[in-house]
Amino acid sequence: MDWRDTGILLSTRKHGETSVILETFTPSYGRQSGVLRGGISRKHTPHLQPGAQLDLSWRARLESQLGTFTIEPIRSRAAAAMGDRLSLAGLNAVTSLLSFCLPDREPHPDLYQKTETLLDLLGQPDVWPLAYLRWEVRLLDDMGFGLDLGRCAVTGSNDNLIYVSPRTGRAVTASGAGEWVDHLLPLPPVLHGQSPMDDTEIITALQTTGHFVEHHMAKALRDRPLPPARARFIERLSRPKQT
Amino acid sequence: MSQSTDKIEDLIALMARLPGLGPRSARRAVLHLIRKRGILLAPLADTLQEVAATARECLNCGNVGTSDICDICEDARRANGILCVVEDVADLWAMERAGVFKGRYHVLGGTLSALDGVGPDELRIPQLVTRVQAEEITEVILALNATIDGQTTVHYIADQLENRVELTSLAQGVPIGGELDYLDDGTITAAMNARKKL
Repeated sequence: MDWRDTGILLSTRKHGETSVILETFTPSYGRQSGVLRGGISRKHTPHLQPGAQLDLSWRARLESQLGTFTIEPIRSRAAAAMGDRLSLAGLNAVTSLLSFCLPDREPHPDLYQKTETLLDLLGQPDVWPLAYLRWEVRLLDDMGFGLDLGRCAVTGSNDNLIYVSPRTGRAVTASGAGEWVDHLLPLPPVLHGQSPMDDTEIITALQTTGHFVEHHMAKALRDRPLPPARARFIERLSRPKQT
Repeated sequence: MSQSTDKIEDLIALMARLPGLGPRSARRAVLHLIRKRGILLAPLADTLQEVAATARECLNCGNVGTSDICDICEDARRANGILCVVEDVADLWAMERAGVFKGRYHVLGGTLSALDGVGPDELRIPQLVTRVQAEEITEVILALNATIDGQTTVHYIADQLENRVELTSLAQGVPIGGELDYLDDGTITAAMNARKKL
């Protein structure tokens, strides 16, 4: 068994004294792990930072085995992320969420493309929060917890949609909310694809998507606790901008 | 296996668990120790016993030593108001080998890691905040690894200590003896961003 593909490095874990286990996200093979012999060497470590784009060759005797990787670095994203607190927090949120929720060896080519585009925007704090929000909506969609924001779940209308049902993820109009208004999540215009007024609107939208990430997606994954990196990213986004 | 060689086999098995050694190299090392038992094995055994009985973490900085407070923390000349934060004791030793830093250290005991579930409470960050106030620290040097986890920890500590003390971190760029042709693009980017005026 062998294949070759490009991929995004999600994490590394030391394996023995000289090797590491790489966890990668590839367009054709999904989340795939494998051993990289000599992975802790000075030659490899600069390239083995989460978010790095790698050319991967995977080989194993049987498909069910962990297998071994040989890699060729394509581009590093660590330098772009390390200099900026928001970018670093965002990179951690993306890689840890993917590592948390992606099923093993199940391809998600569209999510992969969105992820690659998002990571290429690292170091651009003006556009990154919005790009992250769009990516997280896509992640929910790919994992089977997509939001249905086209029309009201109660009235069927598509005007004045300002709430989301925390149970079904469907949009609700102001008139359709009725007595349930206190239980509904806000639906800011940015979730309809409009340009956000400011970062506060993006944070509100992330709190809404966060409900589905935490209470639906994580629950379906044996109720594992969410990686704290996402909360740290939103906390960082909520702070006044720094240079 | 005869009883007379059981203990030697036990020693080989223990040595094989040390980093850098495997069963074959452990066997060679043990054979060498036995051949030189007068000048090597006996003193090594005595020293191991002594270290096993006395080794502990410094209560102040987390360095390892044989007393509750390590030599560096005991040395009044090193109380110059500058604190260098490192990930683990090996990093502290590396800094000491270089001999360029004359202040005190603080060993975190790791870095924040989403994957391994290492949060701020698992590290010695609360103790660091306490020390900054108690020891009248004026500058904290964040000498953590230039990795994603290392720099995430740097930013977290910076958030905790912001506006209380001057914060600095190690420079990133071309290593001494490094050739540009062999450097990764991340290092070159960092070096270019941190270029200095001649």
